[in-house]
Amino acid sequence: MTVTRRTFVSTLAAGTGLLAAPGLLRAQARTIRFATEGAFPPFNQTAPSGAITGFEPELVQALSERQGFEFELIAQAWDGMIQGLIDGKYDAVVDAISVTPARQEVIDFSLPYTTGGSAFVTVNETGLTLPETGIKVDLADEAGAKPAIDAVAAALKGKTVAVQVSTIQSGFLDTYLAPQGVTVRAYQTGPEAYQDLLNGRADAVMASVTNLSAFLKKNEGKVAISGPTFGGGLMGNGAAIAIAKGSDLAAMFNEGLKAMSDDGSLSDLSAKWFGIDVTPKL
Amino acid sequence: MDFDWALLGFGPEGWGMVLIRAGGMTLVVSICAFMLGLVLGTLCAWARIAGSRWVQRLAIGYTVVLRGVPDLLVIYLFYFGGRQVVAAVGTALGFEGPFDISGFVAGVLAIGLISGAAQSEVLRGAYYAVPTGTIEAGRVVGMGRLTLFRRVIAPQALTTAIPAMGNQWQSVIKETALISVTGLVETMRQVSIAAGSTQEHFMFYLAGAVIFLIITSLSDIVFRIAERRSLRGHQQGHA
Amino acid sequence: MDTEFLSGIFLKLLTGLPLTLNLTALSLLGGGMLALLLNLMRASRLGNTIAATYVFVFRGTPLLIQIFMIYYGLASFDAVRSSFLWPFLREPYWCGLLALALNDAAYTSEILRGGLRAVPQGAVEAGRVSGMSRIMVMRRIVLPLAMRQALPAYSNEIISMLKATALVSTITLLDVTGLARAEVSATYRAVEIFLCAAVIYLALSLLVTRGAGWLERRLSPYKFGVSA
Repeated sequence: MTVTRRTFVSTLAAGTGLLAAPGLLRAQARTIRFATEGAFPPFNQTAPSGAITGFEPELVQALSERQGFEFELIAQAWDGMIQGLIDGKYDAVVDAISVTPARQEVIDFSLPYTTGGSAFVTVNETGLTLPETGIKVDLADEAGAKPAIDAVAAALKGKTVAVQVSTIQSGFLDTYLAPQGVTVRAYQTGPEAYQDLLNGRADAVMASVTNLSAFLKKNEGKVAISGPTFGGGLMGNGAAIAIAKGSDLAAMFNEGLKAMSDDGSLSDLSAKWFGIDVTPKL
Repeated sequence: MDFDWALLGFGPEGWGMVLIRAGGMTLVVSICAFMLGLVLGTLCAWARIAGSRWVQRLAIGYTVVLRGVPDLLVIYLFYFGGRQVVAAVGTALGFEGPFDISGFVAGVLAIGLISGAAQSEVLRGAYYAVPTGTIEAGRVVGMGRLTLFRRVIAPQALTTAIPAMGNQWQSVIKETALISVTGLVETMRQVSIAAGSTQEHFMFYLAGAVIFLIITSLSDIVFRIAERRSLRGHQQGHA
Repeated sequence: MDTEFLSGIFLKLLTGLPLTLNLTALSLLGGGMLALLLNLMRASRLGNTIAATYVFVFRGTPLLIQIFMIYYGLASFDAVRSSFLWPFLREPYWCGLLALALNDAAYTSEILRGGLRAVPQGAVEAGRVSGMSRIMVMRRIVLPLAMRQALPAYSNEIISMLKATALVSTITLLDVTGLARAEVSATYRAVEIFLCAAVIYLALSLLVTRGAGWLERRLSPYKFGVSA
């Protein structure tokens, strides 16, 4: 009996199929697979039923209806999220990922669907307040941003700031505040960082203003935004759909996002989940 | 602190059902990993008992490495490195990408491999505990290698191995908690999600601990029954 | 192979080594003392029940859950946050160390129990007959014999603890694994970085195995031909 290449391949394929039951080892994508954390409210969160809900799942739903594609939401821990996109485990990521130059080196982005800006939040009880509250600081203008950064660093010297690991905020803290004697503690998930602020293990949390809004609402009167809002530079300019480098999905997503921005449905979605409009005019 | 027990219930806001499902996932992952470990452990023990020098070295190397590296790192390596391997193999076979290795597969492979190293030690010890006289007796009456293994070696070795295998099974169950880092929704991941969503950390981690305790103590009972059953022949023999 | 990248990563990961070793050593020390206490408790009926329950709970649940319960769980009680323990429990280091030591105690107490059981009754009686006090019998006869007996199992426990310290990276500590995870999220080169970390742990556990083997030979006087 001669073993042709074809039978050899199909035998091997059958063997591989046995090892990885259907669905576990996917060789062909038919629908667009979006990864999200499912633990970053209100962007995305998991209901007791196991369903992933939130601003981003509904945004994807709306986009799919508009642009006519099938989609699947995959829950993926933040640790390894971008790695998975590079590896092709899924086609896109919606997880409040901010567009930054560093990330643009390894992945591509759609147009942003939230405005940028990150800030600190502190617990009122502790009496810790940061200077320059309410001021907007553009990190792209290094010289202009320096006084505000130094003032914040002085107020936080010797204190601990909690942040989610490998986010733009952790990049900011490592670059600007850690060298000035501020302890930066990185957590695997956002809620863990917030929990440790409430527990008193951390003196402040830094996160995007949109993300902070949910936490502020839940703990009204207990915590408040303190210090300036940072944007631009390594803070990027808002969150966008992340896709693999060179992916042809960008144009399609952008078209849909633009249309949603134009007819106001993007703002409505934001109002529903954030209570305010956090979306940019596209 | 007041516990809101409704959160653990089965209502629309209750996490009871998902926790039970997550417990089921823990059990499924554990069984798959343990079985894989049993196959690998048997092969490895066999290689060390009867293999050529080269095969023996390979088997020793496998046990040394898997026993010396933290389980968490092994899981990470399988999760992140697995896809590269799958992609290389898949591309070589002419498939179109993208390729994926799920948290489930990566977890089962990683824990199966870790457990295989430990199980091979147990099985090897059990083999050496089989009295050589009985093996010789089997040979003398003309048993083939397979019959000898099935009728003489395996029954005796299993009796010795059952308690230690029970411990291995317990370790596998606990190791599955680490797969949560890949995002697979088993018990540990589910309680983390619930704890994060409800801010009721203590309650949900406690619930997770209870789920694990139920699984480990139930399997303890099963292994004890198995141990008693496997010893039945012995007691009759002594009588 | 990008050797420059690898050696850079390797050096960076080595800076986490002191913390990994510190946690391993101190958790073994704390766990060992607690294990001894648990075994002493086994003399009374109530103590026996408490010790057995302790071992059951800590061996029946994953260490990761124990770490999270201590770190996030305990901290959610106001009573804990206002107690004198808070300065310790506030720090991830102490929470990690506490969880590791409590977990180690459960396993070590079982190893020690096995070792104590293996001490021949005759040796204890001989000691008593020759006029040693109970404490002296414990110190000079029972413990040395039990420890020698338990050494092979205990060397496995040392390696287990060394590997278990990797889990403290989940509560923000930067041990070897914690640094590796941080590097991965900065460079997205998971496989190379985690392999580097694996090599460090592998080298350490081989050292422990060698050391335990040496100690075992030293503690087996018959191998030196010394008559008892």
